[in-house]
Amino acid sequence: MRTVPALAIALVVLLGAAPLIPLWLVFLLTVAFARGLVVLGVVIMMRAGLVSFGQSLYYGLGAYAAGLGANFYGVTDAILLVLLGGGVSALAGFALGFVMVRYREIFFAMLSLALAMILYGILVRSAALGSTDGFNLPPATFLGFVPDPQLGHVLVYGLAATMAIGSAMLLHRFIHSPAGVISEAILTNEIRVEYLGTSVIRILHLVYVIGATAAGVGGALVAIAAGHIDPDLAYWTTSGELVFVAILSGTGHVAAPLLGTVLFELVRSFAVQYSPYTWQMVIGFAMLALILFLPAGLWSLFSRKPRTGGTA
Amino acid sequence: MTEPLISTRNLNKRFGAVVAADDVTLAIAQDETVGIIGANGAGKTTFLNIVTGYLKPDSGLVLFRGLDITQKSPREVTRLGIRRSFQVAQLFPNLSARDNLLVALASAESEWPTLSAILRTPARLAKAEEILADLKIGHAAERLVPELPQGQRKLLDIALAMMGNLALLLFDEPTSGISAQEKFPLMDRVMGATAERSATVVFIEHDMEIVERYARRVIAFYDGRIIADGLPDAVLANADVRRYVVGAELHRRGERPHS
Repeated sequence: MRTVPALAIALVVLLGAAPLIPLWLVFLLTVAFARGLVVLGVVIMMRAGLVSFGQSLYYGLGAYAAGLGANFYGVTDAILLVLLGGGVSALAGFALGFVMVRYREIFFAMLSLALAMILYGILVRSAALGSTDGFNLPPATFLGFVPDPQLGHVLVYGLAATMAIGSAMLLHRFIHSPAGVISEAILTNEIRVEYLGTSVIRILHLVYVIGATAAGVGGALVAIAAGHIDPDLAYWTTSGELVFVAILSGTGHVAAPLLGTVLFELVRSFAVQYSPYTWQMVIGFAMLALILFLPAGLWSLFSRKPRTGGTA
Repeated sequence: MTEPLISTRNLNKRFGAVVAADDVTLAIAQDETVGIIGANGAGKTTFLNIVTGYLKPDSGLVLFRGLDITQKSPREVTRLGIRRSFQVAQLFPNLSARDNLLVALASAESEWPTLSAILRTPARLAKAEEILADLKIGHAAERLVPELPQGQRKLLDIALAMMGNLALLLFDEPTSGISAQEKFPLMDRVMGATAERSATVVFIEHDMEIVERYARRVIAFYDGRIIADGLPDAVLANADVRRYVVGAELHRRGERPHS
C-alpha cells in the first residue's frame, strides 16, 4: 500500500480510537509519538551517515523553549508551544549546523554529545530554571479552549499523533525528493556527489536542521504531555536511547521509528512494572536479540527487500 | 586562432620529493579527442585532479574558455561542464544503477536540490533510460551497484559523468580492469555516446591499442613533464615515448618492446 494514504488512515484510526483508549495508554502513546518523531529525525540523519549521540540537545531545547514560553511568557496554547519548541531547535540546529556538518563518524557523534552536555550543564546550574528538579508547566490550552485535565490529555495525544504522522508524511516525501536521495548517496560516496555538482555540506546541513526541528517538536510535545521538564531531557543517556530506538526500528521506512518507539515504550513500561530493578537488562536482551535476528531493525519484518533510494 | 576550451600554464605540483607536474603547459581545443599516456606515476591522474579542482597546483594556472578555474572546487568545475569518470568507478553502492543516474541528473539540474518534488519524474527516468540504452546497460537499471560486473560499473561511472551540461569529458583509464575482448566494445559505446553529445574528450589510457584507435591527438607524460604532444602516429613513434612510455607499458604487460 502507498505510504502517504496508509499513514493518513493510521492517523484517522488513532484519532477516532482516542475515546476508547484507557488513559494510561493515552499518555504512553502521546510520549511514544513525541519521542518517535525525535527518532524519525535521528533516522533521517542516519540515512545520510550522521549518527548523533547528542540529539537530546535539540530535544531538551524544544522542551525548555515550550516550558519557558508557558511559564515566563504566558503562552499556553499547545500548538504555539510546539511551534516554539520546533522553531527554537531549528534555529539552533541551523546555527550549529555550520560547524557540525564538517565532521563525520565518531567526531560528529562525540561533538554532538559534547554540545548536548553543555546544555545539560547549563540547565543543571540554572537555579531560575529549577536546576536538577526542573519545573512544571501549566495545563495547555487549545486555540483558546481550556479543557478539563482528562480531555486535555486526549487532546495532547491527538496533537502528538497528528504531528508525528504528519511529519512522517512530509519526511516520506523528503526521502523520495532529489535532496533526500542525494543525502543517501552522500552516505556512501561524498566525493562523487561533489563531482556531480552538488554541495555535500548544504545537503547535510539541511538534514541536520530537519533532525533538530523534529527533536524540538518532540521535546515540546513531551513537555506539554508530562507537564514537567527537567535537565534529564538533555542528558546523554537520552541521546543514547534515541539512537538505540532508531537502530531497533530500522531506517527503511518513515513509519519504522514511530512503530519502534511505541513498542519500546510498551516494553519499557511493562519491564519497569514487572521487573523494577532489572528492567534495563530486559531492554538490553531485547536489543541483543534484535541485532542477532533482525540486523536491519524491526522494519525488516515488513520489508525483506534490500533498501534502495526512492523505493524505501 | 580560436580560444582553447581548456588550457594550462606552467602547472607545477610536488608531493614531497615526487614531482607530479613539472611546468605543464598545454591547450585543448573544442571537439578534440585527446589520449593521455604515461607510465605509472608520470602525473596523468594528477593532471586530471588539478584540472577538476581536486588538487591545487603549487604554481600555474588552469583556464577554461579563458576563465581562471585553478582555485575552484570540484563542484564548481563540474557545474561549468567539466565532468569526469574515475579509474576505480565511483558510484553509490546503496542505490540501483538507475537511481545513481537520477542522482546525477538532479545534481546537474540545480545547485540547490529540491525538497518538494520527487526524484523519479518521467522526464528524468526517460533521460536515464536513454543513456543506459546508449551504453547498452539498460538491463542493469534495477540492480544495485555491488551486483554489477566490473565493465558495467565502469560504464555507469562514465554515464554519471555524462549527465548535465557537457563541455569537456575527462575519463581516467576507461578500460582498466576490463577484459581484452570487452575493451573495444566498451570504448565504441563510450565514444559513440560522447559523439552524440558533442563533447570534447580527454582520456587517460595505458592501452596503446585503445589510444591508437580512439585518440586524434596524444599527449605523453613522463615524470610530471610533457615529453610529446601531437598526432597519435607521431607521438607513439617518438623515441622518448617508446623508451619511457610504450616500452614501459609493454614491459608491464610482459611483452618485449619492438626494437
